Amino acid sequence: MTETNTTRRVAMSLVAAAAATFATNVSAGGHGIDLEGKTVEWVIPFSETGGSAKWANFYAPLLSEALPGNPTVVVKFMPGAGSTKGANWFQEQEYDDGTLIFGSSGSTQFPYLLGDPRVRYEYSDWNVVLASGTGGVAYLPPDLAQKMDGLDASALRDTDFIYGSQGATRLDLVPLLAWEMLGLNVEPVFGIKGRGDGRLMFERGEANIDYQTSSSFLKGVTPLVEAGTAVPMMSWGALDADGNIVRDPTFPDMPTFKEICEATEGCETSGEQWDAWKAFFVAGFPAQKMVFLPAGASNDAMVTYTKAFEDIKARDDFADISAGRLGKYPQMTGAKADGALKSATQVPDAAKEFVVNWLSERYGVTLN
Amino acid sequence: MDFVSVALPALGDAASLILQPIVLGYLVLGVVMGLCIGVFPGLGGIAGLSLLLPFMFGMDPVLGLALMIGMVAVVPTSDTFASVLMGIPGSSASQATVLDGFPMAKKGEAARALSAAFASSLFGGLVGAAFLTVFILVARPIVLEFRTPELLMITIFGLSMVGILAGRVALKGIAAAGLGMMIGTIGEGDSAGELRMATYDMPYLVDGLKLVIVGLGIFAIPEIVALLRQDRAIADRKPLGGGWLSGVRDWFANIWLSVRCSIIGVVVGVIPGLGGSVVDWIAYGHSVQTTKDKSKFGSGEIRGVIGPESSNNAKEGGGLVPTLLFGIPGSGSMAIFIGAIALLGSGNIEVGPSMLKNNLDITYAIVWLLALANVVGTLICIAASGGIARLTTIPFALLAPFLFMIISFAAFQSGQDIMDLVALFAIGFLGIMMRRFDWSRPAFLIGFVLSNPAETYANQAVQIAQSRFRKGFDEGIDYIFSPIVIILVIITLISVVVGLRQAKTIMAEGAVESGSKRAPLIFLLVILGYLGIAFTNAAMIPDYAAADRVFPRFVAGVAIVACVILLVQMMLRAETHALFADRESSEAEMNAHGLWTTLAWFAALLLLTFLLGFILALALFLFAFIKFRAGRSYGFSALYTAAGIAFMCFMAGLLNRDFPPGLLQSYADLPWPLS
Repeated sequence: MTETNTTRRVAMSLVAAAAATFATNVSAGGHGIDLEGKTVEWVIPFSETGGSAKWANFYAPLLSEALPGNPTVVVKFMPGAGSTKGANWFQEQEYDDGTLIFGSSGSTQFPYLLGDPRVRYEYSDWNVVLASGTGGVAYLPPDLAQKMDGLDASALRDTDFIYGSQGATRLDLVPLLAWEMLGLNVEPVFGIKGRGDGRLMFERGEANIDYQTSSSFLKGVTPLVEAGTAVPMMSWGALDADGNIVRDPTFPDMPTFKEICEATEGCETSGEQWDAWKAFFVAGFPAQKMVFLPAGASNDAMVTYTKAFEDIKARDDFADISAGRLGKYPQMTGAKADGALKSATQVPDAAKEFVVNWLSERYGVTLN
Repeated sequence: MDFVSVALPALGDAASLILQPIVLGYLVLGVVMGLCIGVFPGLGGIAGLSLLLPFMFGMDPVLGLALMIGMVAVVPTSDTFASVLMGIPGSSASQATVLDGFPMAKKGEAARALSAAFASSLFGGLVGAAFLTVFILVARPIVLEFRTPELLMITIFGLSMVGILAGRVALKGIAAAGLGMMIGTIGEGDSAGELRMATYDMPYLVDGLKLVIVGLGIFAIPEIVALLRQDRAIADRKPLGGGWLSGVRDWFANIWLSVRCSIIGVVVGVIPGLGGSVVDWIAYGHSVQTTKDKSKFGSGEIRGVIGPESSNNAKEGGGLVPTLLFGIPGSGSMAIFIGAIALLGSGNIEVGPSMLKNNLDITYAIVWLLALANVVGTLICIAASGGIARLTTIPFALLAPFLFMIISFAAFQSGQDIMDLVALFAIGFLGIMMRRFDWSRPAFLIGFVLSNPAETYANQAVQIAQSRFRKGFDEGIDYIFSPIVIILVIITLISVVVGLRQAKTIMAEGAVESGSKRAPLIFLLVILGYLGIAFTNAAMIPDYAAADRVFPRFVAGVAIVACVILLVQMMLRAETHALFADRESSEAEMNAHGLWTTLAWFAALLLLTFLLGFILALALFLFAFIKFRAGRSYGFSALYTAAGIAFMCFMAGLLNRDFPPGLLQSYADLPWPLS
């Protein structure tokens, strides 16, 4: 039971903190820092092609406008070892004049959570100023989607599923565990370079189940759905203010995994397995991408950046310009971002242990 | 009906996409850059594209494509200058042009040779573009049926070309390709994330070596070092001479040769991985075979220029076929091209079948751009030939540090890590040795480029096939042995047989004399040693990660067997045998400088970079090199250094890049660009 409580406690703190956002962080600092004539480097530990690049490139020009003194904001890419290289590098940086920020992603969070030996970074040393959420959608070919009896997925249990996967220790852990809980027989084919390759495999008819994060789903799979070659199965859902999983605001018509699980015999929405899934879902999606200042950042700098991101969110056109590029997900600042960081990086030990065991039993992956 | 309803409108859309002043402006810009890259010996499409790569991010797709296609298409046109005027291939695709083009220039017929070459290049380029157009039309429905087994077979087909590249000793080609594949497997495995020949203590190796570095190291650096050692002063500049029109007439008189060689170029270009390094030799061989009076070849036969030049431009069109259709690179530069396309716009253009499905207009825009770039490139080459020809009179000792600086910068773009320079130096050294002992460098690069697709497709095809077989035997067989796969298997088998038979007549890198036994033997033992270690390393991967073990172990095993047979042969044969090819003996009289002293210059640059950071090290290197090696005055050296550093800072500033820091930077806080 403890793990349920922890999840709930984290979620509660997230809500409580949200109310206090304006009261604490923003007004506490006073003047803030002036970045006029300076260049802010935004380090992204991935290559130019990934989702994090798109996210940073969306924010960079807006951030330049919103920061005092309108500094130039440049996005620098430092790819390597699935973002571990860049994060380890950032760990060694000290706060100087507020011109260095770092963007992490779910792929930075998961190795940290699972105790990957390559991880030499510590999230609690860093200072979060923005947390961006996202969601995910699983989908099926039409003939298999037809087999589902409403929300009940048990008729799919006699199908051999093939799924193009980037690796069981990555974000793919969330869909793989979800499908296993539904009793589906999904065999991951490893070795694809990005989720886009997984979709291509699905399009070629070699994979017969797949998932995409929200923005990729909107762009890559929606045309397939319209053409009748793919049918959405479920979304992972989103977190409400109380930490409950509710329907994803970007896909309000799609059932969540929780709904499917409840309707499918043998799948439990409580207990060890569910708690582990939920913990890793919370770590991987509702606060997937975060912006950090390095260790030792001054309060002034924190205030300045928090204010800048809040100003961006407050823009009249923010809803319009962000919906297409980021999806309709919370962009959290201040204490709310702190709460999101905690929920994303503090998974209960029991959940971690469960997943580590599951990875080693099911996929033979050992992390040490 | 597909043709009328889908392809024709797409062709029209593509035309309107590119017929805008700004697109044409970018195309011309790309062409001009390609001209410069092509004229300088040692630099080719790989170096050019890797310099453009960082600029592609977020660029409007059509503009970015115009820039890249402009550059790629024109390199085989402009490299003719160096081949004809200097007797040095401007890039690997015009090595054969040297044989007859250079003697013509010596006879004062440079203009005739150049104009015949440009006419042939233009014609070949247009044939390539036309072929690509038709091929996309015809192949589109078939390509959309391609799945993993078919992609695997295309990759294997590309690898089978190693046979034709191997030259006189087939086993050397197999060993070279195997070594390339093994270098390609370094780092984290794609399937289970096990490390191959790497440790987490060296994060650089975990990600594997980048193509830019391997491409530049294996081709550009050995050429530059070799030319630098010869230290040729090209002071004896001859006038280009007249006869521009007679060159065009020569081409027209041999138009059927040009047609045939263009087709050869297209076909060779289509084969994945083969690229430009052999196409000119095949075309040259064909030109010799089909000429009645063979006596003039080698001393200024115009057909010896027309053949290779027709083929090397046509191969770019052919090379785009596997690149665009399957996402499998047709050559080293095409592999970089694929990476660059992923950066364009919002990153939603994916090379491969999905591009034919979703971005047919962009696909055809590439075809149009290719044709247009050839025309523009030829026009500029003819119009500016006097000025461009003057570039070739720069003594190589002045050019080399500049080229080396550009290559270092390009290499450093790929990982932004000082280790990039170390890797470049290491692979460069390997390249120098492979060149020296006549191990096929194209075969090595094919192995490297196709290593990853071969492994991934093989693993995935096996895994998916297993699942299909569980469902039913028929379904599994249908999956693995589709009609397309069977056709590809037959083509591959034919190409291996024909390739091995033809290999003896095609010397991809010219004839090499044999030297003593010792040096080639030591090199073979070193290669064998590495393969042995890599084999053992792969064999130690535990069972649960077997997917990462199978491929390197298999490839290393094959390569080891090839090396061991070579070793036995070396013991049995006399030292005049082709096995003991050693350029040091054949080029001895041409080399003004020793290998090790030349290498020491570059090693010093590397060492200084570790101590002082790249920019300070580069400044010292440039100054010292120009002063002492090239023997210029202090003033000239200072000016040269300032210009070089300014150019680097301009490029890096444009890209918001820092330079590799050294030990000094960890003690002192220096301003950019020294930081």
